[in-house]
Amino acid sequence: MSEVTMTVNGKPARGTIEGRTLLVEFLRDTLGLTGTHVGCDTSQCGACTVHVDGKAVKSCTMFAAEADGATVDTIEGQAAPDGTLNTIQQAFQDYHGLQCGFCTPGMVMSAAALLKDTPKPTEIEVRRYLQGNICRCTGYHNIVKAILAASGQDVTGIPGEIAAE
Amino acid sequence: MPKDNAPVHGGIGASPKRREDVRFLSGTGNYTDDINLRGQAYVHFLRSDIAHGKINGLDLSEAEQMPGVLRIFTGEDFKTAGSIPCGWQITDRFGQPMQEPRHPILCETHVRHVGDPIAAIVAETLHQARDAAEAIGLDIEELPAVIDMRAALEDGATKVHDDLASNLCFDWGFVEENRQAVDDAISSAAHVTTVELVNNRMVPNAMEPRVAIGDYNRGTGDSTLYTTSQNPHVIRLLMGAFVLNIPEHKLRVVAPDVGGGFGSKIFHYAEEAFCTFAAKALNRPVKWTCTRSEAFLSDAQGRDHVTKIELALDKDNNFTAVRTDTLANMGAYLSTFAPSIPTWLHGTLMAGNYKTPLVYLNVRAVFTNTIPVDAYRGAGRPEATYQLERVIDKAARELGVDPIALRRQNFVTEFPYQTPVAVEYDAGDFHRLADKLEAKADLEGFAARRQQSEARGKLRGLGVNCFIEACGIAPSNLVGQLGARAGLYESATVRVNATGGITVMTGSHSHGQGHETAFPQVVADMIGIDANMIEIVHGDTANTPMGMGTYGSRSIAVGGSAMVRATEKIIAKAKKIAAHIMEASDEDIELKDGKFTVAGTDKSLAWGDVTLAAYVPHNYPLDEVEPGLEETAFYDPNNFTYPAGAYACEVEVDPETGKVTIQKFTTADDFGTVVNPMIVDGQVHGGLAQGIGQALMENCIYDADGQLLSASYMDYCMPRADDMPFFVVDHSNGTPCTHNPLGVKGCGEAGTIGSPATVVNAVVDALQSAGHKVDHVDMPLTPLRVWSAMQQG
Amino acid sequence: MYAFEIERPATIEEAVRALSAEEAQPLAGGQTLIPTLKQRLAMPSVLVSLTGISGLRGIRTDEGGQLCIGASTTHAEVAAGAGVFPGLATMAGRIGDPAVRNRGTMGGSLANNDPSACYPAAALGAGATIVTDRREIAADDFFQGMFDTALDEGEIITEVRFPVPAASAYAKFEQPASRFALVGAFVARFPGGVRVAITGASEGGVFRWAEAEEALSRDFTASALEGVSVPSGDMIGDLHGTPEYRAHLVAIMTRRAVTAAA
Repeated sequence: MSEVTMTVNGKPARGTIEGRTLLVEFLRDTLGLTGTHVGCDTSQCGACTVHVDGKAVKSCTMFAAEADGATVDTIEGQAAPDGTLNTIQQAFQDYHGLQCGFCTPGMVMSAAALLKDTPKPTEIEVRRYLQGNICRCTGYHNIVKAILAASGQDVTGIPGEIAAE
Repeated sequence: MPKDNAPVHGGIGASPKRREDVRFLSGTGNYTDDINLRGQAYVHFLRSDIAHGKINGLDLSEAEQMPGVLRIFTGEDFKTAGSIPCGWQITDRFGQPMQEPRHPILCETHVRHVGDPIAAIVAETLHQARDAAEAIGLDIEELPAVIDMRAALEDGATKVHDDLASNLCFDWGFVEENRQAVDDAISSAAHVTTVELVNNRMVPNAMEPRVAIGDYNRGTGDSTLYTTSQNPHVIRLLMGAFVLNIPEHKLRVVAPDVGGGFGSKIFHYAEEAFCTFAAKALNRPVKWTCTRSEAFLSDAQGRDHVTKIELALDKDNNFTAVRTDTLANMGAYLSTFAPSIPTWLHGTLMAGNYKTPLVYLNVRAVFTNTIPVDAYRGAGRPEATYQLERVIDKAARELGVDPIALRRQNFVTEFPYQTPVAVEYDAGDFHRLADKLEAKADLEGFAARRQQSEARGKLRGLGVNCFIEACGIAPSNLVGQLGARAGLYESATVRVNATGGITVMTGSHSHGQGHETAFPQVVADMIGIDANMIEIVHGDTANTPMGMGTYGSRSIAVGGSAMVRATEKIIAKAKKIAAHIMEASDEDIELKDGKFTVAGTDKSLAWGDVTLAAYVPHNYPLDEVEPGLEETAFYDPNNFTYPAGAYACEVEVDPETGKVTIQKFTTADDFGTVVNPMIVDGQVHGGLAQGIGQALMENCIYDADGQLLSASYMDYCMPRADDMPFFVVDHSNGTPCTHNPLGVKGCGEAGTIGSPATVVNAVVDALQSAGHKVDHVDMPLTPLRVWSAMQQG
Repeated sequence: MYAFEIERPATIEEAVRALSAEEAQPLAGGQTLIPTLKQRLAMPSVLVSLTGISGLRGIRTDEGGQLCIGASTTHAEVAAGAGVFPGLATMAGRIGDPAVRNRGTMGGSLANNDPSACYPAAALGAGATIVTDRREIAADDFFQGMFDTALDEGEIITEVRFPVPAASAYAKFEQPASRFALVGAFVARFPGGVRVAITGASEGGVFRWAEAEEALSRDFTASALEGVSVPSGDMIGDLHGTPEYRAHLVAIMTRRAVTAAA
């Protein structure tokens, strides 16, 4: 057992962990941040995606001990303190980019990482970037549309019933 | 409702943003694994790593001494518990009931598939439980595994269940009386087209793995199960009454936020019963969280049919008969609705959109040493559509006629239409759907697009597909005759609160479908108030009326109708109250835009005035009606609903590698009335991805020993964002359902039902365009399979 | 997972010392090792994390013009920082997915030598030198079959030195599910000749395709490969590809790599 400290969503966090404690276990079980999900055990589904020191990583494939001293951002830290959704979150709601919601935290965190590096991605860039995020509900149509919209691009040419209100 | 009818108050036809999204987007959803109860222990299931074996003994002595172990359970502990029940009994061609094996919570004498649970170790931590599992001494004699369905039916084949006569669960004929007539029609036909095909086994793969937490209160004697379920009341009934003998009033089942189901979370699973049982035995909450690897070995799987279909045509290309011979894999045990899938949910759709007068199916359901197979999105209807639309496509190619023209020529055009396979289509317009598809998909422009693809060195193909489904299941008295051991009504309680807000308790469960947003739109429309005044409660047997749950695209058609009926009762009662206050007669009261008026006068009362009066009944017709404003309705439909569609897909095949990419996918669906177009679009998108997944990439494969080869996302290919195009979907040509109050038909499964054949037809078209003599490739059309097909033809 | 300790040494020396412990195992990016541990397929007592050693990270060009990449440099860092060797940078940018690329490291990939990993093809195709805490190993000697390398117990890769080719490219045909290479071909043209390394295909792991090298050294065009093929005899056969299919893809992917490089 050892002690780790990190900055999670801007606040200091600490806890006692085993060597084998995964970052996602530390977030969910120790800190109670259950917004980060576990959908597989082979590092493919991406439901556990968080940012460590500003970079998207799969928190199920990183030990908590390796995040000692790091800055970690999760889905719980994305909205404003008053609960107002950020641009990406709001676009996911506006464009119906989620259904059951289970993959959604990972999708939002991946989208945030993409838009940080590539502020105006093409459709293909969005689709390729999401290789490590599996959604079973949406067929990705509205996820891709939401991310393009969140980047400030015009999505009116993309088929679908809805435009942002 | 037509789109040009302007929606009022976020009512029917509007696309308000989903209110459930806020919690999902901010990480504050409440999924079962997010629940942790004080003092909970953890269970790990020791699962069989062989497909078939006889348990000679289990040595628990070392494991029981391991740190943290609370108790190890084996099949011995459940001798008095019931078998995990099957909810549907099939009667075979000869009038005999299906063979129905016992399905214990934990294995008793044998292991029958890889993943079959042998022992359950409950410990203080999950790591401790897993450690102890490795210390259990297993004395299991490996037996030959039966994997291939044909081999399973051979004389002398090893039996999956010793105590059954054979591996044949049932031999079903439908319509049995037509057997001879169909044979005669086929032997005298001008043309017969035959396709032999495999409908590949699917792993449902809801992104949230299953979780169960059992809890028991010694003080009250109440048991609670938190579970990832599409239908908590069904689980309460099946588990309470048939497995653990707990009366419903002492058992609460909670299915909170559920991360997708696609059928796989309909069924009652052993782990649910185990956690409920163990919580009482240990007087501690017991939690099980399935890993994805474990899900591959324990979630019921889907499809897995091997079929030969023959289509007979007369000299004018009219369809005269369809005959099929299908082997349907049940796996090692009968999962909750398994026998209904290859029979009623499949056979009743074998007429498709066509006026084929004679249809006969022979379906033999087979036990094998594989994971049980049950409903997966579409459930039986994708299997029906796939074979029918493949054989029609092949017939068109053989006859040299346009595939759409051949379909159109044979369309059913008059409604209601009694099919030769028991069901009566109430409404539809297949030509209008085909017209819509041809326009939306720009089929005229295909030739030019094919040339562009060829210029890039790619083969382009166009596939079309028409389909009809039976949804909104369904009339209880009918399904009872067909062998269902349950009713299939739905329920709703509409509770109007004193200040006018409304809480609707529904038996339908939402796990992605957006009920919390769409259901209020219906009530808002009826009363004329803002949809935000209405809240939906679901998922907890403690606070919702008995409901049969969400599957078979039934929520809005059956659950929504129950809500309409309850709201009608509310309105009737509210009018009485309003009449009393305004000193008018009931019949003169009108409710519009949330306001009660007396016809022909300027008297009016606001919605909130009446609801307040119901709870503060000072000026109130107490001799006529009770105080309060709360009504419950159960709705039992009098027919299935029949959504239909026409789909087109354009693919490119890389001739060097066999890789298929979807270039364009267009749908024209008839869902009847559409409550929330945005949500309906989303349902179609997701269904398409699953159907395209089945067609191109997903495949659950066992080796000859019954080991699952595609046992993780490393080998089971899930569709990703870069496998999919933007879809062009349309549902503007709805013909309202004639027998439910909303005119709705259901949209949850259409995409999955209509897309596989569309894709395969397109790939065959692409290959033939390059001169390959390929008339069928079995799904999934992986690069390997397409390349191999090109080498052979 | 079984229980183990994690050590996070700050220097190579500390890491080597830590790895001398009984059942100690190095932990690089963990993108393969952690899933393996979850399946309880490995039972280390100590994992020695290499990602905190600053000396193992970074990209530089040495005096001989070789591109030298620290073993703990992530795929994402290589994709962004190896611009002088576009074939390598592009390849690194297509390994796994973005989150995997932010954790996975070159050293981890090479030491694991997964038969369908991408980096072994780049190292072998470029004729890289694998530098360890105790010696330098030529790529031609380093890869010794599936999951097998010349590394000794406790030996750590510290740096990989790539001669920078005049032209290079990697063409990958992805296994549809895992997105690893079903077949990947790395071609590199040097003044002295062309090297071709193939991953994903062979039962023996990554290998150099001599016939293609000869043909391409004479004429670095896709058409030079016409009629050149690999025997399917020692190709991998599994769910996703028969040996014949893989042999076919070796030729196709090599042609595509040449076209991309030219």
